[in-house]
Amino acid sequence: MDFNDTPEEAAFRAEARAWLEKNAEKLKPGETPPGLEERAQPDMVQRAQAWQAKKADGGWACITWPTEYGGRGATSIQSMIWNQEEAQYHTPPNIFAIGQGMLGPTIMAHGTDEQKKRYLRPMLRGEEIWCQLFSEPAAGSDLGGLRTTAVRDGDDWIINGQKIWTTGAQFCKWGMILTRTDPNAAKHSGITYFIVDMQAPGVEIRPIKQINGASAFNEVFFTDVRVPSKNLIGKINEGWRGAITTLMNERAAIGGGMAGGPGFADLVRLAKDTDWGDRPALEDAEVRQRLARFYVRLKGLQYTSYRTQTALSRGTTPGPESSIGKLVGAPLRQQIASFAMELQGASSAMTDARQAADEGVWQLLYLATPGLRLAGGTDEILRNIIAERILGLPAEVRVDKDVPFNKIPTGR
Amino acid sequence: MNFDFSDDQKLLQGTAREYLTEHAPLSVCRAVLESGSSYSESLWKGIGQLGWLGTSIPEAYGGQGFGRLEMAVLAEEVGRALAPIPFSSSMYLAAEALLQYGSEAQKKKYLPRLATGEAIGTFAHAERPGVQTPASLQTKFDGAAVSGTKVPVADGDVAHFAVLTAKGAKGVALVLADLAGVERTKVESIDPSRSLAALRFAGTPVEVLVGEEQGWAATENLLDRAAVLAAFEQIGGAERAFDLTREFCQGRYAFGKPIAGFQALKHRMADMYVELQLSRSNAYYGAWALSNDSEELRTAACGARVSACDTFELVSQEMIQMHGGVGYTWEYDCHLFYRRAKWTSAVLGTASQWRERLIQRLVA
Repeated sequence: MDFNDTPEEAAFRAEARAWLEKNAEKLKPGETPPGLEERAQPDMVQRAQAWQAKKADGGWACITWPTEYGGRGATSIQSMIWNQEEAQYHTPPNIFAIGQGMLGPTIMAHGTDEQKKRYLRPMLRGEEIWCQLFSEPAAGSDLGGLRTTAVRDGDDWIINGQKIWTTGAQFCKWGMILTRTDPNAAKHSGITYFIVDMQAPGVEIRPIKQINGASAFNEVFFTDVRVPSKNLIGKINEGWRGAITTLMNERAAIGGGMAGGPGFADLVRLAKDTDWGDRPALEDAEVRQRLARFYVRLKGLQYTSYRTQTALSRGTTPGPESSIGKLVGAPLRQQIASFAMELQGASSAMTDARQAADEGVWQLLYLATPGLRLAGGTDEILRNIIAERILGLPAEVRVDKDVPFNKIPTGR
Repeated sequence: MNFDFSDDQKLLQGTAREYLTEHAPLSVCRAVLESGSSYSESLWKGIGQLGWLGTSIPEAYGGQGFGRLEMAVLAEEVGRALAPIPFSSSMYLAAEALLQYGSEAQKKKYLPRLATGEAIGTFAHAERPGVQTPASLQTKFDGAAVSGTKVPVADGDVAHFAVLTAKGAKGVALVLADLAGVERTKVESIDPSRSLAALRFAGTPVEVLVGEEQGWAATENLLDRAAVLAAFEQIGGAERAFDLTREFCQGRYAFGKPIAGFQALKHRMADMYVELQLSRSNAYYGAWALSNDSEELRTAACGARVSACDTFELVSQEMIQMHGGVGYTWEYDCHLFYRRAKWTSAVLGTASQWRERLIQRLVA
């Protein structure tokens, strides 16, 4: 039992490190990169694109992609090593994760040769940014309940409807959209998947304001948007297959969402620096018990990721325990943020960086974390997935299975 | 990254599981629990013959010469079977104390008999409710003998000798006492398949393992080491409880379908699965730290213990609840786990105590 790289992994890590050292600025010891809560900066997209292009030129963009699309055919463990190394440097937020992590692999699996040639390289270089158009007001956890329509018109399709929670739509060139093409079929049997130009006439993007004031995601309205047949992904009415591919890749894309931001060491320091009556909060028994619980849980997650890394290193499929990260991590971060605010007492109500303790990072975390428990699979859906796919417990009763889509009840 | 047991260690674990499946079904645990017999002598003899008791004892002292990782996988299987034997007391505490602190003469004297199972050792430390500190310790050491009462002592009624803590003029010493002639009273245990006793030392002669200057630090270290191995036992027990609960829920029908299909239970089963994985990961890190004699053991042991205690307790509670009314009967096996979870949470010090210990070590 050890934490050593294999000789091949060590060589790869050294190579990655050498390139990063030459091309990026290292974080100082103890310095954490800004997290999900980073206040939006105006030039963020340009900075992100510049970094992506630099990586592409250096052969470090989308390294797990096949070489024919600009990747280097790297293994999962190499990808993990690269991510570990890159995380130690100042880098712009990764606004390409959805495209490169989920949509690119979908095109590779279900797209035509023409589509692969046209879209993958610009996606890898960050020249074209992609968004995922899945969820709708009436279709979140129940994605199959989607209602945006696509109707054939000659060689084109006309799309009408609305998508929601579309991250990054405001700076995306392309989107991949799931549409209803046969309302008389059962819900999973009448769905078609398209590539859509986000700048086409009829596409209207409206930012949604989140509870933390930021607008990372949007509503996207489609009014008679024309899409050519060559933008079809897979076959007509078989879009659900492509959707499954996209969703299976989601884990990799969403995983980075919890990196960065304040950590356990920051919480301990806060407890040390905060007065709790006549002594530091860190000396209070209840505070110490809570801190210990957080520590043990955080470490449990960290060591579980070591087990995943071990499987990848051996070239085996990681065990099902690899899927617990978001289910555990998101609520845990919310509780940590809440507790950090508890320590601050009445002062915790302030959010201005100039007035709040620790520049208000805990308040930011508290306002950001509810979103993490919902995005990319809610806590409840994740529990269902663990229960059904890992534990083999009976599936939910589905009253809408095999019912024509247009006969499924949708409201009171 | 190689954060896993080796193929050989997994093979050992598989063999152990096969043996215990055949020789230690839950009825063996129940038999000890119901009869008041303190432990299963036949099972103890059986694993002694297999060499399990010599796993981490060097060959020079009659052992197998393996290490703590091999002990960890055996511990998990012993826990999975709820094996009613003094494995933890004799192996994680008594044998370990000798391996860490015994003189050559002491090792030669005690280890071979521990390796065969001919001798059972234990560890006597607790005296009264609360946290044991050097200040609160009452058992006295005059340089040659000890006087005082230790209660509860795991396997205290069947052990041949005990490693114990006793306070001298300059500090707490870690000493070893032959229990022949020591007054012992069996005390009622929350888990009668794991016996407890009160040991009354009255001028009992002892051998010193660690003197008064270093004795307390040695005790802490011994408890850390035992906590990691005990965590594997707890996880084994918790996983068994979880597996049995899942099986039950899949077979029990209500409202026309298996109760395992109701979301309230599905989600709690998912939550238990998560806790089991987190605890396993924390235990693995403890095992790494233990087998590498790492400085990290001081915090890794705390993490392993806290996590295992909380998880075993949770799963054992949910087991009864998900079985419904029958889970509350003597006849069903649920309470065997419910009791074992609490017993294992108690004897090395409770999770709350270890959480405090963790913070002290993290922020010191």
